[in-house]
Amino acid sequence: MKTEELKVVNKSVKKIQGESLLLGKPAFTDDVAPSDALTVKLLKSPYANAIIKTINTSIAKKVPGVVDIYTWEDVPKNRFTTNGLTYPEPSAYDRLILDRHLRFIGDPVAIIVAETEKIALKAMKLIKVTYDVLEPVIDFRKAKDNKVIVHPEEDWSVPFDTHTSSKGATLGADQKRNLVASGVHSDGDVDSVFKTCDVVLERTYSMKAVSQTPMENYTTYTKIDKMGNLKVLSSTQVIFHCRRILAKALGIPVSKLHVERPRIGGGFGAKGSVVSEIYPAFATLKTGCPCKMVYTRKESMTIGSPRHATDVTVRIGAMNDGTIRAIDLYTLLNAGAYSEQTFTVALLVGHKSIPLYTANLEAYRFAFEAVYTNLESSGAYRGYGATQGTFAVETIVNELADKLGIDPVEIRNKNMVREGMLMKSYDDVEMANACALDRCMEHCKKMFNWDEKYPVRDMGSGRVRTAGVAMSVQGSGIPGRDIGGATLKALEDGTFSLTIGVADLGTGSDTILAQMVAECMECDIDRIQVYDPGTDFSPYDSGSYASAGTYVTGQATVTACEKLKKILRFTGAEAFDCNLADVTYAKGYVECKKNNLRMSVSDLVYKSQNDFLHPLQVTEQYTAHISPPPYMVGMVEIELDKATGHVEILDYCAVVDCGTPINPALCRIQTEGGLAQAIGHTLTENVTYTEAGQIMESSLMQYKIPTRLDVGKMRVEFESSYEPTGPFGAKSIGEITINTPAPAIVQAIHRATGVWHRDLPVTPEKIVMSTKEKN
Amino acid sequence: MFTFKNYVRAKSLDEAYELNKARTNKIIAGMMWLRMSSLPLQNAIDISDLGLDKIEQKDEEFSFGAMVTLREIETYKPFCDYTNGAVIEALHNIVGVQFRNMATIGGSIWSRFGFSDVMTFFASLDSYVELYKGGIIPMSDFIKTKHDNDILTRIIVKKVPGKFIYKSMRNQKTDLPVLTCAVSCLAGNYRVVIGARPGRAMIINDEKNLLAGGLTEESIKNFAAYAEGVTPTQGNMRASAAYRSHLVGVLVERSLKELGGLK
Amino acid sequence: MGLQITVNLNGKPVTDFIDPDTTLYQFLREHYCYSVKCGCDTSNCGLCTVLFDGRPILSCSCLAARADGHEVYTLEGLQEEAKEFIGFIAEQGAEQCGFCNPGYVVNIIALLRENPDPTDEEIKEYLAGNLCRCSGYEGQLRGIRNFLNSRKG
Repeated sequence: MKTEELKVVNKSVKKIQGESLLLGKPAFTDDVAPSDALTVKLLKSPYANAIIKTINTSIAKKVPGVVDIYTWEDVPKNRFTTNGLTYPEPSAYDRLILDRHLRFIGDPVAIIVAETEKIALKAMKLIKVTYDVLEPVIDFRKAKDNKVIVHPEEDWSVPFDTHTSSKGATLGADQKRNLVASGVHSDGDVDSVFKTCDVVLERTYSMKAVSQTPMENYTTYTKIDKMGNLKVLSSTQVIFHCRRILAKALGIPVSKLHVERPRIGGGFGAKGSVVSEIYPAFATLKTGCPCKMVYTRKESMTIGSPRHATDVTVRIGAMNDGTIRAIDLYTLLNAGAYSEQTFTVALLVGHKSIPLYTANLEAYRFAFEAVYTNLESSGAYRGYGATQGTFAVETIVNELADKLGIDPVEIRNKNMVREGMLMKSYDDVEMANACALDRCMEHCKKMFNWDEKYPVRDMGSGRVRTAGVAMSVQGSGIPGRDIGGATLKALEDGTFSLTIGVADLGTGSDTILAQMVAECMECDIDRIQVYDPGTDFSPYDSGSYASAGTYVTGQATVTACEKLKKILRFTGAEAFDCNLADVTYAKGYVECKKNNLRMSVSDLVYKSQNDFLHPLQVTEQYTAHISPPPYMVGMVEIELDKATGHVEILDYCAVVDCGTPINPALCRIQTEGGLAQAIGHTLTENVTYTEAGQIMESSLMQYKIPTRLDVGKMRVEFESSYEPTGPFGAKSIGEITINTPAPAIVQAIHRATGVWHRDLPVTPEKIVMSTKEKN
Repeated sequence: MFTFKNYVRAKSLDEAYELNKARTNKIIAGMMWLRMSSLPLQNAIDISDLGLDKIEQKDEEFSFGAMVTLREIETYKPFCDYTNGAVIEALHNIVGVQFRNMATIGGSIWSRFGFSDVMTFFASLDSYVELYKGGIIPMSDFIKTKHDNDILTRIIVKKVPGKFIYKSMRNQKTDLPVLTCAVSCLAGNYRVVIGARPGRAMIINDEKNLLAGGLTEESIKNFAAYAEGVTPTQGNMRASAAYRSHLVGVLVERSLKELGGLK
Repeated sequence: MGLQITVNLNGKPVTDFIDPDTTLYQFLREHYCYSVKCGCDTSNCGLCTVLFDGRPILSCSCLAARADGHEVYTLEGLQEEAKEFIGFIAEQGAEQCGFCNPGYVVNIIALLRENPDPTDEEIKEYLAGNLCRCSGYEGQLRGIRNFLNSRKG
């Protein structure tokens, strides 16, 4: 179908539930959880590396209102991972619910179950613990082959490496070396290409363990339901993975667990790991009582699942005319105390950055190493490694352009990937089927007015204005390992209900999928009901991550629609007593033109119920074997105050190729949201540690996400390609939006000051002090 | 979690004062900072009913009751006019409107927090603190005092004809400041106050009479360099001592230039 | 046990016994005002914004005891006033996850009561204490601007 013929798709329809959210109707876990729950709190380790010598809970348990307190002695002894990816998770099984060996400040020591929070906190102070305090590994640059081993335990294992479905892939982990993952991927011989390049640059770029900071903290409610099963209500992006991981951790069958997610107050990957679910689930199993755990902001920021702190060292080889011939990228990631999603994050650092320069690339090498340290365990955060990779690759290209005296837009035009090119450095090698990156650049350049804004302009009193640019590529789902599912039913009133397993984190995925159904079934979107997912009634779906919602679950939804239409026609054909080929479906009716018969969906539903001709419900699943990349160009104009180092974002222009935007308004908001988060990690969101390994920025008072006064003007437009394998030509949008600001802003700061800042965040102090040093 | 056993709505300042003598009792003002303390208290003493929520203007002075909120001050037109808008610049960056509807002038001044915009700004005015037992003392003295059990009841600002400029540097727009700077010209006398050093706000006196000849490009430059040299700074999470010292020079120079209309 | 307070909540007197150190946020959630959310413990996020005697405050930082004898409005009691403009924000898709919405919707009401025709700068300034991690804020501003323009006809 051509985009101009679309009625509901590619239109900015209002989001399902949008107005009810704006009116504050109860929708989130803590709103819908019954008020009968006990409170679960964690006593947390004050040391980054310690063994519990003794722990005495007897006095604490005597506090009136304390139901029970659990320690390492009370939990199952089977190790697991909380990595919310498809089984076999690409992680080491390196966790226990409570471990005697504590591996970071905040690692849980005891689970306290009490009638109220106040009582739980009172009891917490009365638990007596003695620790054997060990030397920690805090600096991830010194973790590999350190004499301190973060995971010395004998039952540490990597089931992924031996599992048949992993196709022989291994994490490259080695617990004795503190290695969580390692590997080298390459094509061609970079070293020999470098030898014939006019210029070879090598630089290292660093990013901190920034926090996703969804406004809703991790929240979980658990109870034993009337069937005797464990029911979990949680703010999770991954209901099915959550169920499987909980079953493994708790040592109970998957069939005895049911996971539902109410509305989620933001996730950005944070809730793609199983963070808060295990403790109340364990408490409910033990006590038989409903339990609830709501993380404080401090807990979300210190025992959550932030971005991996990452160093990326890039070598780039080019000719004097700007032809980029080889890229050699090495990255070192900090996994923190547990393996989690580290391996897959590491892969994206190279595979979702190097392909930008496919056009003239003769060779690439991408090596990664990730290490255990005694710090908070890292997880998934929007961009997922691509963010760190893009910062490095896009900045070194800007540095190269600067060195060669070539306009950074021109050097990109010369080297960028274009439609029809084979991206050898993309994971699993992928053809750029649908790629409008070149048009994005042209469009953005015009919209932004690059030629006028790029030159450094003196605004007086030490203030200068200038600009920067960057591009980005991401994926749409994890090929071969992610499955989208959709169950579509025709209802008695002629409407349709869609049951899915993906979570709408606020992205609008419920609405986007409903739009697809409305388009396929030729009806208004208000005739589609979308239900909150639950493991007992949703079709299996890997969940909301890897920008998979629109592309993967979308395709399952479209397939389900096509199948339901066929069954409707079939039912009509039997009712009309005519051939299937003569029956058509249009706008809620099936029709046989030949004998001029017509039936509404409503009548067909009753017909099927009476005569049980065919069930009018369909479940379809879809898995893609490719991950079509969206592309994007971002340009920023800043005003920099040389005396104070303050950077004001004046204008951020972004042009995105997400294939067909299913809902342009929601795509635009997604983009603006990603840009704002990235402005945060570029300029204000800092993460520092005490020598002992404690995070200093553990509250919204100290960890500064941007306010509406910090983000400046944003302008977002689209330059669409048509992805032949995607629903209505769509690709993903969720993650790519967060990648361009860091390199673009860093370039603009260099233009204004002459200094390249390769360490994020670039604070006003760094700007001033480095400029002083330079002069 | 901030906890206490009893909530006492004091009926008189005397009752509040007597209660406040015990270390486990505390007066709650706006409660914005107190709520983050984890020290369990016996009595939380609320002085909301004592008529301390009034702004009064007389011919020669403004009087702000201790429980007047920051938001009430920044929207109080006569005071905005008197300070030629500097009060708005001093207060509007503090978290948000809701926060400033709760934070009180009494709590802000009494706490003597180093990062206080409020303290920095009021110290640049001809202002006084009224204490229940200690009486009325100049702000310039109060900012050097230690915490005791007295109760701050009012802030008084004398309407000395003057000009006022306020500037701060923040890493993010509503964050705590990295450095604050208030300058004033009160009846011809210049006063420069630097806060968030990160220590308490301090008045930088023109001991070398650098500004005696008026505000010129040169005198300002000299004074800014002098201020940078004599203002003690330290490092913390938000910035290093060296950067703060640099900012002292920058903000003092810019503020004085603006004050002198030299911009 | 505890302290007895009577709060005029969303236009109706509500009397209850509370622990003296109960926050207004806790009191409101216990009285079914689920629109009121908690996003931090440091008075930074604005999610718990309610109107206290008509003024927007952070209910997490206010003692319930202090609301005794006062009037408190949460979004539950401001539905009609909110309905005048929230459609414009929904049109932008700017509600996103929705968790921060009640706080900033209440604060928009406060803003518009105080200043019925604010400039973009005034809007941003007034709402600066309402954090949002999803939307990037621009869509919220466009929604409010469109509403204000629609009122001018």
